Amino acid sequence: MSATNGAGPERITSYHGQPILKEPIWTWEIPLYFYTGGLAGASAGLAYLAELRGNETLGRRAWAAAMAGITLSPALLTSDLGKPLRFINMLRMFKVTSPMSVGSWVLTVSGATTTVATANAWLGVFPRLSRPARALAALFGLPLSTYTAALVANTAIPVWHEARRDLPFVFGSGAALSAGAAALALTPLRHAAPARRLATAGAVLESATNELMHRRLGEHGEVYAEGQAGLSTNLARGCIAAGALLTASRARSSRAAAVAAGVLLSLGAVSARWSVFRAGFQSAADPKYVVGPQRAAVGRGRRKGASRREPRVARSERRLGSPATAPEPAPLTGD
Amino acid sequence: MPGLETVAWPSAYGEAAKPRMGFFTDTSVCIGCKACEVACKEWNQIPMEIEGFTGKSYDNSVELDANRWRHVAFIEQQLPVDAREGDSLLELAARNGAIEAGVQTYQEGEGIRWLMASDVCKHCTHAACLDVCPTGALFRTEFGTVVVQEDVCNGCGYCVPACPFGVLDQRQDDGRVWKCTLCYDRLKDDKEPACAQACPTNSIQFGEVSELHQRAEHRLAQLQEAGQDKAQLYLADEDDGIGGAGAFFLLLDEPEVYGLPPDPVDTRRDVSEIWAAAALAAGTLAAGLVAAVFGGRR
Repeated sequence: MSATNGAGPERITSYHGQPILKEPIWTWEIPLYFYTGGLAGASAGLAYLAELRGNETLGRRAWAAAMAGITLSPALLTSDLGKPLRFINMLRMFKVTSPMSVGSWVLTVSGATTTVATANAWLGVFPRLSRPARALAALFGLPLSTYTAALVANTAIPVWHEARRDLPFVFGSGAALSAGAAALALTPLRHAAPARRLATAGAVLESATNELMHRRLGEHGEVYAEGQAGLSTNLARGCIAAGALLTASRARSSRAAAVAAGVLLSLGAVSARWSVFRAGFQSAADPKYVVGPQRAAVGRGRRKGASRREPRVARSERRLGSPATAPEPAPLTGD
Repeated sequence: MPGLETVAWPSAYGEAAKPRMGFFTDTSVCIGCKACEVACKEWNQIPMEIEGFTGKSYDNSVELDANRWRHVAFIEQQLPVDAREGDSLLELAARNGAIEAGVQTYQEGEGIRWLMASDVCKHCTHAACLDVCPTGALFRTEFGTVVVQEDVCNGCGYCVPACPFGVLDQRQDDGRVWKCTLCYDRLKDDKEPACAQACPTNSIQFGEVSELHQRAEHRLAQLQEAGQDKAQLYLADEDDGIGGAGAFFLLLDEPEVYGLPPDPVDTRRDVSEIWAAAALAAGTLAAGLVAAVFGGRR
């Protein structure tokens, strides 16, 4: 039963405790895609720059990581669709108000250019195409790494929408972490110095931006301490801290340690994406995160709200009566 | 009010544009018969779901979703009526102006007040579902309403968490999202939507939005005169977070009591800020990559 009377300003009124928002219908493929997309995007940038620096070994490994990410990504996305055979409808239009539309095009360009670049790096094919393809893959890898944050922020889910200024940085540093970790695990030690630097910096920045986001979310951030979001937040923290320590201490001298660190950091990156994903569900499920802040903003006069009690009818024209007995105000046109 | 212009309506339709059509749902005369729910299901051939007893008053359908495009909410409240000892219910109702105003606020038993309200897709002026739809399956019709094209929707699900009212949902075993079309097929034949036609008390009123606004203002004035000081129009103004709605409501209590958000906002309002943050983060990532590769030993 809903309670309204005697409810103090702090108490939230709801309709039988029912959620106001719908939880997303997205399944496990989507948070995994947040990881693979970031991995592909940042790895392409790493590969391009490593080659520029003359580190061909690292470049080739990073192209391989980018290729793995960019191959998995569309498969994951298509599998999540309610009508997978209609995936091509994603390219019916280009809409800047829909990060998913923008992302579909970014992913298409990234996929084509990364494929050409990787094929050239490993097989030597497409010699002429590969020069612009490498640069484009690196360039489009950047929005590929952060647009997914824009996608979830551009919803009505409070924990995502209210983090709209922080989430892209969380995802961006997560992408750096993912690419650094993959390159760290795949590259022979003496060629892996940039990968170690990227993985370490990514780990520090991912942790820092995540903590900052949680803090700035205030009440909305509660969901990151509860349920699956809480579990995966803690798992991400642990994996990233352990992986970063291992990277700093042993990954320089032991290949096994480098592989272990890469795996730990990758697990951390996946867990961090999973925590953001689940937090959205938990935020949508509890009406207090919708009603509380909205009501408070209206109460403080910061927002007008969607209700109005003052009728726009002159006092002289007001009269009592029932809608059953009162004459129709005006006939409907077109009837 | 010139009918709440939207981005695509009427401009995109030119001469083919029709007046913006909508619902004014006057919850003060809703009797909770659920005829609207049934008529909607019948006309739109919405799949049946076995619904158990929820224990939530008389509400066993609970929410709007892919298979429920009208939903009647039931709220039982204990109101602090200014009852004096020995007053009959009739005397109470008379003193509160309920008889003259035709206010449906039954006081039964322990002084329980019933609120009932038929909820529906709001057909927002600034519709988040339409803004985020990547396929163009969601579109603005010539009547200014928002409709999903079932032959285009690929079930990406973006509109589901984008809707500030939680209206859209995916139909299981089908994969696509479904919602109220404001009976687009009937509108094209100059017929009113099934729910409005079935409503026995005229709680659901269908018509041109500009004309419905006038009725709503008069009805609100009536109720306020009768002492219903919590009576309020919901989503009737173009300066709210969704630019006003094609389907708006007269409520007898705050929106959240009915499961409606007090201050819904179309996320498009913030999309520039969101893109700016994503671009800045992408630039930061580029700088980080350069620093990692060039900032030390090769």
